[in-house]
Amino acid sequence: MPTPLVVSDVAKSFTMHLRDGIKLPVISGVSFSIRAGECTVLGGPSGAGKSSILKMLYGNYAVDEGQIIVTHDDGLIDLATASPRTVLAIRRQTIGYVSQFLRTVPRVSALDVVAEPLVERGEDREIARGKARALLAQLNLPERLWALPPATFSGGEQQRVNIARGFITEHPILLLDEPTASLDARNRDVVIELIAAKKAAGVALLGIFHDHDVREAVADRIIDVTAFAPGKIAA
Amino acid sequence: MTDEPLLRVSALSKFYGSRVGCDNVSFDLWPGEVLAVVGESGSGKTTLLNCLSTRLLPSSGTASYRMRDGQFRELYRMSEAERRFLMRTDWGFVHQNPADGLRMTVSAGANVGERLMAVGDRHYGKIRATAVDWLSRVEIDEDRIDDEPRAFSGGMRQRLQIARNLVTGPRLVFMDEPTGGLDVSVQARLLDLLRGLVTDLGLAAIVVTHDLAVARLLSQRMMVMKDGRVVESGLTDRVLDDPRAPYTQLLVSSILQV
Repeated sequence: MPTPLVVSDVAKSFTMHLRDGIKLPVISGVSFSIRAGECTVLGGPSGAGKSSILKMLYGNYAVDEGQIIVTHDDGLIDLATASPRTVLAIRRQTIGYVSQFLRTVPRVSALDVVAEPLVERGEDREIARGKARALLAQLNLPERLWALPPATFSGGEQQRVNIARGFITEHPILLLDEPTASLDARNRDVVIELIAAKKAAGVALLGIFHDHDVREAVADRIIDVTAFAPGKIAA
Repeated sequence: MTDEPLLRVSALSKFYGSRVGCDNVSFDLWPGEVLAVVGESGSGKTTLLNCLSTRLLPSSGTASYRMRDGQFRELYRMSEAERRFLMRTDWGFVHQNPADGLRMTVSAGANVGERLMAVGDRHYGKIRATAVDWLSRVEIDEDRIDDEPRAFSGGMRQRLQIARNLVTGPRLVFMDEPTGGLDVSVQARLLDLLRGLVTDLGLAAIVVTHDLAVARLLSQRMMVMKDGRVVESGLTDRVLDDPRAPYTQLLVSSILQV
């Protein structure tokens, strides 16, 4: 089975220059790969570095050491050292990301927030909106909200907009940072269905799910992040 | 899509006597990319912007721009007339104070139309129609077309300045604190407008701002400047979410939470 993302020996720490340069090691020796058509889950308690791993894989956090090899544009690229322009291209074509929180843009409607990633990839705006409508309907977001900017939505409503925005594209790799945290049971089930559909389409998924039932339903493999705790090697 | 940058900047420095304006700045800018230059007052960001837009000549270093014919031209070797032509047609410059970028005593329509005439448009009806179209794109009512910008609010003046700059279909726009001095609600409206226009038109832009929220909303890439030097650069969200340089950490940690 193809492995579109291979992580080897990645380490991350934060240096707090405003606190006398204190160094906070987050994670080290991170090595794993994810496979197409599977959902791999990062497990471990809060603070173990799960979100940091996802953020490094999306280029949102810098990587101190190691390699993140992505299959992109028929080639292999090390995301850990890629230029900003390459990271942007990888985000556009190869790696999608559903964050925990929606970063809202004033005045842009929920429908356009969802359609935007497709439009950025060159899709016709009306076709993109059509797909956005279908996803928002599937996620049970009331139609009267679609034309409104999501800034005033409830947590669960914003999260559904965020999920729709993440799932609308056909990125071969999809990162999920607790996509079901503030959803009710019915919408959790919708997300489980959406993940199953991505798997069937051959997408490689990597996610963090604190909800036990969701994790049971979607995980093909669980990687225990505590194995990458920096204390295990040094300190 | 072409794989060549629009602008290549190499080792650009500007000294005012012994004082450093900007020191050894290098970067490439691609079409459709928005680069934010952030830093506090006196960090050299405006000096850099003025050098790049050739309003100021650097002490050393080079900048080459890919012209519409695909050829790179060294900016500081062009004649004054060539640079002015570039500024009027292929570039825009949005000043912090709209009065610096507008003619305050001619009508809003003329402010927009003037740039069109500079690129050779002569048909009055066509110029006026284009002006009306651009005023509506920056959300200025058509019935204000014959008013002078003196009679406009600060936010309207800034939107008019943007229309004046974008009407000729530039490929590169320089912006110096485009939302500075505006009320927060007016800022938000202007930012949405700018964001939409930049995306729709595929503009490349270099935006100087001290406001990190503006940088986050408008730019994909960011350079942080201090004492004339670039102390950190990278993807905007990476620089803001995982700042590495001491000075960037200070800037990010100084943002007030609302």
